Amino acid sequence: MSAGRPGGEAGAVTAPPPLLEIRDLAVEFSTPRGTVRVLDGVSLELARGATLGLVGESGSGKSVTALSILRLLDDNARIVRGEIRVDGEDVASMSDERLRRMRGGRVAMIFQEPATSLNPVFTAGFQVAETIRLHRGVSRREAREQAVEMLRLVEIPDPERRADSYPHELSGGMKQRVMIAIALSCGPELLVADEPTTALDVTIQAQILALLRDLKQRLGMSLLLITHDLGVVANEADEVAIFYCGRVVERAATRELFARPAHPYTAALLASLPRLRRRAERLVAIPGVVPDLRRLPSGCRFRDRCVQARERCAVEDPSLRPAPGGTGLVACHFPLEATAGVA
Amino acid sequence: MLTFLARRLVQMVPLLVGITFLSFLIVGLAPGDFFSSLAMNPTIAPEAIEAMKREFGYGQPLVVRYLAWLSRAVRGDLGLSAAHRVGVATLIGQRVGNTLVLAVSAMLVTWLLAIPLGVLVAMRRGRPTDRLLSLLAFLGMSVPNFFLAFLLLRLALQTGWFPVGGTVSIDHDQLSLGGRLLDRLHHLALPTLVLATSGVAGLMRLMRGAILDLEKSDFVRTARAKGLPERTVLFRHVLRNALNPFVTLAGYELGTLLGGAALVENVMNLQGLGSLMLQAVLAADVYLVMGSVLMGSILLLLGNLLADLALTRVDPRIDFSSLEAVR
Amino acid sequence: MIEPGGGLEGEFLATDAGVESGVRARRPWSAVASAAVLCTLYAAAAFAPWVAPFEPSAQHRDAPNAPPMRLHLAPPSRWATEGLLYVHPQKLVDSLRRQYEVDESARIPLHFGARGHLLAPSDPDARVFLFGSDALGRDILSRLVHGGRVSLSVGLVGVAISSVVGMTVGTIAGYVGGRTDAILMRLCEVMMALPAFYFLLALSAVIPPGLSPAQTFLLIVALMSFIRWAGFARVVRGIVAGVREREHVQAARALGASTPRILLRHVAPAALGYAIVASTLSIPGFILGESALSLLGLGIQEPSTSWGSMLSDAQNLTNLDRYPWLLAPGILIAVTTMAFNFLGDHLRDRLDPRAAGRL
Repeated sequence: MSAGRPGGEAGAVTAPPPLLEIRDLAVEFSTPRGTVRVLDGVSLELARGATLGLVGESGSGKSVTALSILRLLDDNARIVRGEIRVDGEDVASMSDERLRRMRGGRVAMIFQEPATSLNPVFTAGFQVAETIRLHRGVSRREAREQAVEMLRLVEIPDPERRADSYPHELSGGMKQRVMIAIALSCGPELLVADEPTTALDVTIQAQILALLRDLKQRLGMSLLLITHDLGVVANEADEVAIFYCGRVVERAATRELFARPAHPYTAALLASLPRLRRRAERLVAIPGVVPDLRRLPSGCRFRDRCVQARERCAVEDPSLRPAPGGTGLVACHFPLEATAGVA
Repeated sequence: MLTFLARRLVQMVPLLVGITFLSFLIVGLAPGDFFSSLAMNPTIAPEAIEAMKREFGYGQPLVVRYLAWLSRAVRGDLGLSAAHRVGVATLIGQRVGNTLVLAVSAMLVTWLLAIPLGVLVAMRRGRPTDRLLSLLAFLGMSVPNFFLAFLLLRLALQTGWFPVGGTVSIDHDQLSLGGRLLDRLHHLALPTLVLATSGVAGLMRLMRGAILDLEKSDFVRTARAKGLPERTVLFRHVLRNALNPFVTLAGYELGTLLGGAALVENVMNLQGLGSLMLQAVLAADVYLVMGSVLMGSILLLLGNLLADLALTRVDPRIDFSSLEAVR
Repeated sequence: MIEPGGGLEGEFLATDAGVESGVRARRPWSAVASAAVLCTLYAAAAFAPWVAPFEPSAQHRDAPNAPPMRLHLAPPSRWATEGLLYVHPQKLVDSLRRQYEVDESARIPLHFGARGHLLAPSDPDARVFLFGSDALGRDILSRLVHGGRVSLSVGLVGVAISSVVGMTVGTIAGYVGGRTDAILMRLCEVMMALPAFYFLLALSAVIPPGLSPAQTFLLIVALMSFIRWAGFARVVRGIVAGVREREHVQAARALGASTPRILLRHVAPAALGYAIVASTLSIPGFILGESALSLLGLGIQEPSTSWGSMLSDAQNLTNLDRYPWLLAPGILIAVTTMAFNFLGDHLRDRLDPRAAGRL
């Protein structure tokens, strides 16, 4: 679903409003060494029932974006600009009460490290039931029953017994399943998954992703999937947004992005994926390093590492605009045409 | 759990033997002869002294004498006290109760104050309340026990609000049951305050640190993501985890308290194990020293054991096998 | 606590459990102020004969338990002739109840540098008690200063001994490992399970009375070190064992570096931070230990004096009630302990490798 298509023309069908809409979000962190603008104008949309993947290197701002949706950032972070709208409602200006009801209710989140994300002194069942009791106001007994059902839903074997296990008694994969159970227990419309499989074994990764896919379909959820792994995104996401240095540099439908990346950074990322071939090749790396957010280059942030940087790139900071020959958006003065991609 | 308990109790034995042997060694170095001072006491018959000499291996090498004592000790005969002219076991029996009461009351006060205060300063971190209380905590931890005892005694002297030392009043036995209880509590007030002060101060700061540390944890973020109100996050999720280090340290405190807060007992004239030991050492009253060291060590080790048990209750990650490693 | 209060060592070990124990960004002013206070105290003790206005053992039977005298500033007109400061003499009016009357008409001037002292009257026999006098009419201020020599140095010497012994044992245990480690750690456990205070008492009680003050002092310090080294050893052993397993140390071994070199270049720095902090924080324990012993009459004996032995006068309830200035040594002990605790806490914030990176 790309922005920019005019609605309201006579006879045209207006697209339903996206479930999640982020416009020009800017977030600053105050550190002992000064204020750092970690996000500088991020815009995203997520339609109902869709999966949007946020991809980028560490520190590119994808996690911060995700945490902002539920205002879960640390105390030293501030949203300085922009809107985050969930179902039309702006999160940044929401009252604390409404925010709390939204958390775990309409919007739920799971995190990267299941081992530390669960409270070690409470049982799995308790932690799931806690959410249920909070949002649904049911009795303790009722909540526990529902919790066991949730554990069953996330395919934990022997859920009745497992509900009384403590986190340290569960494997990494099972812990993440419990996290998912907690998140989904109250039927959220949107699930924000911050690198849910990064800390897990590869085989478990596949299982968890399959589970998420399945549940998403069954419960009719939208999924915001944050990852640094292009492979995951290729399989799971309908749309992808590429992050670089606190900005979205490209946004497109997955297939399109992989086939015809428009931004040089995207192209470079795809090119750097190791591929199994008969002849061993050198790994392609992107030259240079991600710039320090406190010392950004003038103009386009990627220009120091871009193979096709030209004069204009040093002068003017490109904004997100429609990509040529496609329905995506790209932030580049000289977006790539055709070829350089992975089918 | 029973195997754990059994194993720990068994482990205590060599420890106690080592400690008592060391004590015996040391007290034996003191000048003066226990038995000759007994002989000077007209109320004890010479035959009794001779019998004692034989039983306790007088004139034999050190190890033999120690073993003689040990063999009698395990049967409950701890010998005689020269200074008090009573059986050591009797004396200790009289005093243990007081020490226990004092230790328990100090612990109670410590916990009842340290936890809420710790939560308070954590919640108001950086603000005047926090700064003031933290400074007071520092003071509380730095002021020596016995000095605080002096100060409080002076307060009692000047104001008359509290009795000046002692465990009970002179007319204690004439009071009613309720009166006796009140009398005891009245006398317990200042000593408890002295002993609890450093404990509260230290544990309050510990609590504060633990809470502030835990607030940055991932599981706290998860709790918030569930939509829990801040109050619940703090009191249910954070606090339960903060108890872990708290119980550990508080447990050690109990152990040392039970060992007998000798100085404070001495200054405030409390008839406890600590002051008994003190007097025994000063008088080189051998068997009394041995007896009280034994008792004190037992209480200390039991206190640590209790602390470990409490820890297993509080933290599900700790089970009995991991506790072996800690010790 | 059984140990006469004051030690933050337990809290230090609590950082093992990853617990932040104080205001993270502690401003250095408290540490600086503490350091200043300590320097002043130690300097005063070091130069005791100069700082103290009188001999600590000089008795004045006609002025027992005199209250402290107030210092007055002389009007500028008299500065040239009589000096800057003076006190009013006191007269004993009731020798039974030891009550004094201040004679406002007379003045005893005090001079800087008189008779080779920092601040004293020109008459060595003058009854000038800035902090009051004790039962034998001895000047408490002078006794405080001289007593400070003992009380303050106990901490330094004791910590030096116990930390050196403890760290040596701990390093050996941690580096060598195996049976040596197991044996040494068992030994430490026994030492730490001792009811320390009782042991100290028992040991002190057997000190032969005929020793010179210096020998008694050293013996007491040695005894206290004997009780305390185990704590150091345990933690250092943990640190060393941890460092030993680190990659860069294994690499150094693989490259053939000799053991002393490894110890010096890799192990020592890791343990140094802890050593400094733990040492600073255990000094109060020694000071308090000596004070406790002397309070009970087991430590420093007459004619030497220490803050603890001075406090034994306060044990008498009548004295406590009537002559509260006898508590002055206790205040000094408390101040010293607090200063070391502040300092140690600040050092820990800076030096503890485990606390680093948590800002």
